[in-house]
Amino acid sequence: MRGPGRWAVLFALVVLAVVMLFPFAIVAINAVKSPAEYSSQGPLSLPDGLYLQGIIDFWNRVDFGTKLWNSFVISASVAVLAVVLSVLNAYALGIGRVKGRLSILVVFLVANTLPQEALAYPLYYLSKAVGLYDTQLAVIIVMTVIQAAFGTYLLSAVLGQFPKEILEAASIDGAGRWRSLWRIVVPISRPTINVLLIFFFIWTWNEFFLPLIFLISNDTQTVPVALAVLQGEKFMDATMSSASALLGVVPAIAFFLIFQRTLTRGVTVGAIK
Amino acid sequence: MRVRTRGYWLYLIPSLILFLGVIVVPFLMNVGASFTRWSGVGTPRWIGFDNYARLLKDERFWQSFQHNVALIVAMAIVPTAIGLVLASALFDYIGKRFGPRTASALRAMYYLPQILPVAVAGVVWGWMLHPSYGAVNQIFGLDLDYLGDPDLALATVMAVMVWFQLGYPVVIFMAGLQRVDPAYYEAAEIDGASWWRKFWHITIPQIRPEIFVVLLTCTIAALKVFGPIFVLTRGGPGNATMVPSYFSYLNFFQKSNVGYGAAIATVLALIIIVVTFLFLRVQEREQ
Repeated sequence: MRGPGRWAVLFALVVLAVVMLFPFAIVAINAVKSPAEYSSQGPLSLPDGLYLQGIIDFWNRVDFGTKLWNSFVISASVAVLAVVLSVLNAYALGIGRVKGRLSILVVFLVANTLPQEALAYPLYYLSKAVGLYDTQLAVIIVMTVIQAAFGTYLLSAVLGQFPKEILEAASIDGAGRWRSLWRIVVPISRPTINVLLIFFFIWTWNEFFLPLIFLISNDTQTVPVALAVLQGEKFMDATMSSASALLGVVPAIAFFLIFQRTLTRGVTVGAIK
Repeated sequence: MRVRTRGYWLYLIPSLILFLGVIVVPFLMNVGASFTRWSGVGTPRWIGFDNYARLLKDERFWQSFQHNVALIVAMAIVPTAIGLVLASALFDYIGKRFGPRTASALRAMYYLPQILPVAVAGVVWGWMLHPSYGAVNQIFGLDLDYLGDPDLALATVMAVMVWFQLGYPVVIFMAGLQRVDPAYYEAAEIDGASWWRKFWHITIPQIRPEIFVVLLTCTIAALKVFGPIFVLTRGGPGNATMVPSYFSYLNFFQKSNVGYGAAIATVLALIIIVVTFLFLRVQEREQ
């Protein structure tokens, strides 16, 4: 196909891209309209000016700063802790090749695919029993284990191919196992570990079911839970709803832009290995 | 040598303890609860397989699995099919004629919905589909209640999920296509093969492993789907969009039928495990 044909293909793909991005655009333009402008002009007109009151009102009303901070604390803690656990496990399974490692890996894989509903009620019950209900620590512990199950699976495959000579050389130089792990294995596996850190952070940020169950009070809730629970409240008029949607979208886009390279690399690594 | 390997066990201990407490014990407790009648407080009463017998007769339960099948179509099959065409068009058409930067910019645009928390994606669409002030009705000059009409609700949720999922297969397939030896395509071009024939006889067989992975992960995601249902429809109107995960949540936390909810969750877990093993078996046989 030459001439006009190739432009037709490009045009079709661009139209599809516009359709995919349309919800983002429509949320953004309506979040900065005043309610009066919205009701007279509808959702499709471009905003007359920058009306930020809807966003400010929503922010204050739900104390959005706290929600952002909660999401950040939970996601960052889970990312770091789950990576530490994954590294320890993968060291034993990938490099140490402990007995029964295949069945251990299968157990981790099954744990990762289990629906959270099959754990939710007992976890809810147990967290109440030990006084962790409605605390971020409960979500952090549970999410850490679930993410580490995936991380172990991925990282064990990567460490299985770790050059043994380096470790032998280190042990001849008198480095113990613990020292070799942190001084040699971790620095060399840095690229994979970074992918895991970023993915664990974003997955935990996006997580909905477990935070919904554990975090019921206003000062512990995360961004997705707060936005979902507030939907349909009386005070949520058209422009405030789009303001709330915009506030949920912006952090996600920020992560996407910051981590873009690692993300595209990671999506493929995570899927295939 | 033996002692050396044994020492590595120590590194598994923290995970084994946490794993026991967070996954194994809760899972067994859930299975145990599924054999009881329990409201969440007081002592559970053992009733054997009654909950499971009740499930088999519960129309809502069967409906919820039918809706799961519909969501597998929307989240796994349709995005895989469209994703294959898009990835291949971007990779060997746009990439070659308009440059790789155009191809990767388009890929990023298709991928963007995937980065949203699925609950936030639901908030966005819930707003756009609102019957009185939503953008969708305004654009098409319609007056439909997409999420409130039992005949439209499931189809609407399916459409939203196609939008949400599409970018994932596109990214994975494009990465897979980079592995394919260009010599295949060159040879086919010399033979005068059409784009469609190359797509069918080279692209699809060559990225079969990626297709498997996408179908598996998206099917599991569709079986587990909870967030979009919670945000968009809460399983309604009536039971028009009820899915097993939301059905079990409802029994756990709103109806205080913990035993019944546990039975639903156990069945869902078993189905997911079976699906995973079936996929892995088929994949193994293929290779």
